[in-house]
Amino acid sequence: MKLFASLGRVYAIMAKELVQMRRDRMTFAMMLALPIIQLILFGFAINTDPKSLPTAVYAEDNSPVVRRILSAFEQSGYYQLLRRADSPQQGSDWLAKGEVSFVIHIPEGFTRRLIRGEHPQLLVEADASDPAAASNAISQAREIVNQALGTELKGPLQYLRSPPPQVDVVVHKRYNPEGITQYNIVPGLLGVILTMTCVMITSMAMTRESERGNLENLLAMPTRPHEMMLGKICPYILVGLVQTLVILSAAKYLFDVPFFGSLGLLLAGVMVFIFANLCLGFTFSTVARSQMQAMQMTFFFFLPSILLSGFMFPFRGMPVWAQSIGEVLPLTHFLRMVRGVMLKGNGMPELQQEFLALTLFILVVGTVAILRYRRTLD
Amino acid sequence: MNELAIDVSGLVKRFNNKAVVRGVDLQMPRGQVWGFLGPNGSGKTTTIRMICGLLEPSAGEGRCLGFDIRRQARKIKDATGYMTQKFSFWEDLTIRENLEFVARLYNLSGRKKLVDTTLDKLGLTERQGQLSGALSGGWKQRLALAAVTMHKPDLLLLDEPTAGVDPQARRDFWDEIHQLSNQGMTVLVSTHYMDEAERCDQIVYLAHGNILTQGKVDDVIEKAGLITFQGKGHNVRLLAEQLKGVSGVEHVAFFGAALHVSGRDRVSLEKAIAAFANDDVNWQEIQASLEDTFISLMQDAGKDTREHG
Repeated sequence: MKLFASLGRVYAIMAKELVQMRRDRMTFAMMLALPIIQLILFGFAINTDPKSLPTAVYAEDNSPVVRRILSAFEQSGYYQLLRRADSPQQGSDWLAKGEVSFVIHIPEGFTRRLIRGEHPQLLVEADASDPAAASNAISQAREIVNQALGTELKGPLQYLRSPPPQVDVVVHKRYNPEGITQYNIVPGLLGVILTMTCVMITSMAMTRESERGNLENLLAMPTRPHEMMLGKICPYILVGLVQTLVILSAAKYLFDVPFFGSLGLLLAGVMVFIFANLCLGFTFSTVARSQMQAMQMTFFFFLPSILLSGFMFPFRGMPVWAQSIGEVLPLTHFLRMVRGVMLKGNGMPELQQEFLALTLFILVVGTVAILRYRRTLD
Repeated sequence: MNELAIDVSGLVKRFNNKAVVRGVDLQMPRGQVWGFLGPNGSGKTTTIRMICGLLEPSAGEGRCLGFDIRRQARKIKDATGYMTQKFSFWEDLTIRENLEFVARLYNLSGRKKLVDTTLDKLGLTERQGQLSGALSGGWKQRLALAAVTMHKPDLLLLDEPTAGVDPQARRDFWDEIHQLSNQGMTVLVSTHYMDEAERCDQIVYLAHGNILTQGKVDDVIEKAGLITFQGKGHNVRLLAEQLKGVSGVEHVAFFGAALHVSGRDRVSLEKAIAAFANDDVNWQEIQASLEDTFISLMQDAGKDTREHG
């Protein structure tokens, strides 16, 4: 009977929230439009394997071999030869201004020294201020030149080719062999978008009541903290699930992201993840005194979520202390889940740790929320 | 069943070291209608909030409907209806949705029918689909009263329910309060209106966080021992300034065309007005009004010293 009454109160709050949500057209529209816009924007924009980077050439030598090498640079897809520099200084200027990302310098007498077997130098200057932007192109440079020479050095010049390596290293790029950024980013965006909307919406839950002058009334009625929390959270699980379906559909039809695992398992993970974020938002709303403060707390949480979770930068590349911060964030665990299920076809055995971590997060944060919940106006 | 609906003693509430309520004792029997009076900021709202468990007292003890106000706030909330000073129902919910929310929250049985009859009694059946934010002040108050009484509370706490409401709506509101009282509800209502105070079984007058006086209206007036003369006649208004400060005159106030002059020392008061008695002005002793009494009480209470409390 007591449980029945308690559920009745949760339902009362849920029903009220749903009506208020429906009536607040702007917020409602944002909740649905936001994921679509962000997905399209970031899904198409973010590329961690940049190609066609602007390149200048300063060639003091001109021969069929040089032309062959330069065209090999262009054909690799990484370099787009846009300009010819008249002096090394001009190339450096362009690099400094950011007008080009690379300057390829072919010194005088390059071909002559090559044929004489004098191991001439070829200089590739790169704007490496952003390591991620230049690294793939740089790592390809040596291979590009070797391959170009391989076809060019024929007949009597054959001896000048580089010898074959002693060991043949075989690399299998699994799960995303073509290295398509979107396969990694789009599932990640699901987590990022859910984090942002879920935390932000519920962080307003209690502050809105107090700013609109409804809190006194609400507190004068017999509700328990956990009833209030559940009633405030549950309607937004629905919102989160709708967002998830929108993003998963876009992943399939817009970005052709493969889906190897079980949809049911992923949705279970999504539910737990949404709940974790909603709990956190509710906790913020019990601490914040105004909607502005709630918003600030959301952003304070959102930034590390993006930067330390492995969404933007490789998780294992961070120092151990940063990884431990990352382990606390729900997004970190969700990214492993969603990428695991979609790209690797992971099942429950591989993901149970992530489920466990998220459940622990919910328990801790939920307890804090209930303890922090103000039962009086003090 | 406990005879007293409210039984609190020594209630103190401090905010940031400033005592807003400084030791309130209140023993209110069940089934009565009591008025809670006092100037703005005298601590009425804070006291009401402590009684219904919305604020924790800084000091003092008490029971409300037999439940401890510190430890059994939930039980008090179950059996109490509290109407806040400012309209605090949801303006973005319709009239019906607000009532349904309350009915669900209190797990009231026969919810739909109950909401229907409540709307009917309010005369809002036609407008049940309107947002409550669109209602006028008087209607908002009536809706709030209906909403806080839907669960048939034993105790009703109304915080300035008729502030800014027109006289007809105020009268209707009070008829409603007396009806609820006839059904056995205990009502504590704070107000600034003297006519409303006179409709109460007893009044409690609070100033600067202390109870200055309490009792039946007539008793409160009598206890104050105030003697009032009414002056009527030509140019009586001009006398006000001259009378102020004269020994024996405690306060002077206009009532329409008449002047009320009050004091507690009959001899010196009579002497004071005798100086102004002539053919133009006619002086007559009348019973001191509640308002005269309160103004006099406030003057006695002196300055608000709570800043240092």
